[in-house]
Amino acid sequence: MNILQTGQGELVGWHDPDEHRAWVATHKSRALKDKRTTVQEAVAQYVPNGALIACGGFGHIRVSMAAVYEIIRQRKRDLTFCGKTAVHDSDVLIGAGCVSRIEVAYAFGHELRGLSPASRRAVESGRCHVVAEISNAGYQWRFLAAAMGLPSIPTRVMLGTDTLAQSSAKVIEDPFSGKPIALLPACYPDVVLMHVHRADRYGNCQIDGIVIEDFELARAARRLIVTTEEVVDEDVIREHPQRTLIPYYLVDAVIEVPYGAHPTLMPDLYYFDEAHIGEWLHLSKTDEGAAVYFDRYVYTVEDFAAYLELIGGKEQLEYLRQVEHLEAPLRAPWLEEKK
Amino acid sequence: MNQDYNPTELLAYVAAGLLEDNKSVFVGTGLPMIAAMLAQRTHAPSLLIIFEAGGIGPQVPVLPISVGDSRTFYRACAASSMHDVMSAGQAGYVDYGFLGAAQMDPYGNLNTTVIGPHDAPKVRLPGSGGANDIGSFCWHTIIVMRQDQRRFVEHLDFLTTPGYLDGPGARERAGLPANSGPYRVITQLGLYDFDEESKRMQLLATHPGVTVDDVQANSGFELIIPDQVGTTEPPPPQVRRILREIDPTGMVIGR
Repeated sequence: MNILQTGQGELVGWHDPDEHRAWVATHKSRALKDKRTTVQEAVAQYVPNGALIACGGFGHIRVSMAAVYEIIRQRKRDLTFCGKTAVHDSDVLIGAGCVSRIEVAYAFGHELRGLSPASRRAVESGRCHVVAEISNAGYQWRFLAAAMGLPSIPTRVMLGTDTLAQSSAKVIEDPFSGKPIALLPACYPDVVLMHVHRADRYGNCQIDGIVIEDFELARAARRLIVTTEEVVDEDVIREHPQRTLIPYYLVDAVIEVPYGAHPTLMPDLYYFDEAHIGEWLHLSKTDEGAAVYFDRYVYTVEDFAAYLELIGGKEQLEYLRQVEHLEAPLRAPWLEEKK
Repeated sequence: MNQDYNPTELLAYVAAGLLEDNKSVFVGTGLPMIAAMLAQRTHAPSLLIIFEAGGIGPQVPVLPISVGDSRTFYRACAASSMHDVMSAGQAGYVDYGFLGAAQMDPYGNLNTTVIGPHDAPKVRLPGSGGANDIGSFCWHTIIVMRQDQRRFVEHLDFLTTPGYLDGPGARERAGLPANSGPYRVITQLGLYDFDEESKRMQLLATHPGVTVDDVQANSGFELIIPDQVGTTEPPPPQVRRILREIDPTGMVIGR
């Protein structure tokens, strides 16, 4: 095989496909068993220090913040993060000192809201190290390769760029077309955190709206922690099996956490909490401010229900439902500043 | 400058005018979204809008603030996945894509990753996101950015997203899809395309009140200036009215 170029980025999350098969054979049960647990137990059991972690969703969309906060609360350290369009999750995890290494498709920004003060400070001061670059499509195809049990997948992204030069991809001459093609290595995160609309006790999951890359990511994950708006009866799943995105054998833990994606958006249920995201962006301008944020919303908070009271309780949650349903106007601190 | 439109309205109008009916476009948040919605409400009602997170053909009710926002698949043809839409791009279904950047070079290559050395960044930017994918796959990319001598540079600090790389034939030699690449560049000063032979940027038109000297003075590299340079058309009142309907709070357009 003629290797035309080798990216200099660190290869994270790769396993030989036979090694992965053997791991699956011994670690992933095919038994239909009740996997309901608590976020505390799931994080304690499946998120060791030093693990490679990824979150489902996209940017500020459908992120399992309940699990993210628990990782911060348990003061996990030296995590490597899949920055696969990672925005609020990576920003708070880096800001809290949990993540010290990141592979970046998109991070350190909050889209229209501006750049992330906490994680940019960490990268620019060397506290968090960027181990490799990649693109959004490239990252989800790394997960697709893993989902398929392949060592790599050929694609036509990143060719000719520094993004490829700093990635873990290799360029070869495609034996069919004779053209250069980028081989993206499979990526198997040690643990994936994902928030879904509904799941049964075994872990069969349904997601409403765009699925982004969660089909691939759920299948690439070695351990998959699912938080769900509701745990439904098995019959609800079996009546519409075509709606199951994630079958139970991929899932290791199921936790019912209503509003578990707050302050990120949960399609059809609640919109971004711009007041809360704005508070984080404001406080995280300094390390001291970030510490105030974590004390206020994570370390001193007993559980997610107590957190929901802190962010405004029922009234705020009802407002977020109305904004999602276009029944109330959006209020956002960053928008006020623009006016 | 004595004018009754603001600069963002002009950029949105110029960008919208580049989008043809019955074609498809990858859009992000901000100005590209406004431009695509404006095109749909004027000359291109059947423009297919695609979002990288999986929204396909939405009837966008109000401006989304994220590319994965529920508004990006409101009354859509499909609420799909990134694999689906990126594959559509790779297979040639996406005509236009919008890109922005912190730096651009004469060949339309873009940097959104880092200012300074990669291993010791002066400023860390968000990275490729979907930009490299859009720049690799779309038939035509439209770059919207502010121009000045620090942003229009002969050499990028980091080549995040491919334009024409180092000139004619370079994309194909690198393995990128044939006959794709940067199509237009829109800045606060003017509209550009790329010279057929050299694949370097050339001025097509200046915005009203802007001179060719202004344009060259605000570039860190030599622009190709043809003998005939046009002037962009300011947004007429009915277009400005539609823009206010699309963005009533002035989130992107401003006041």
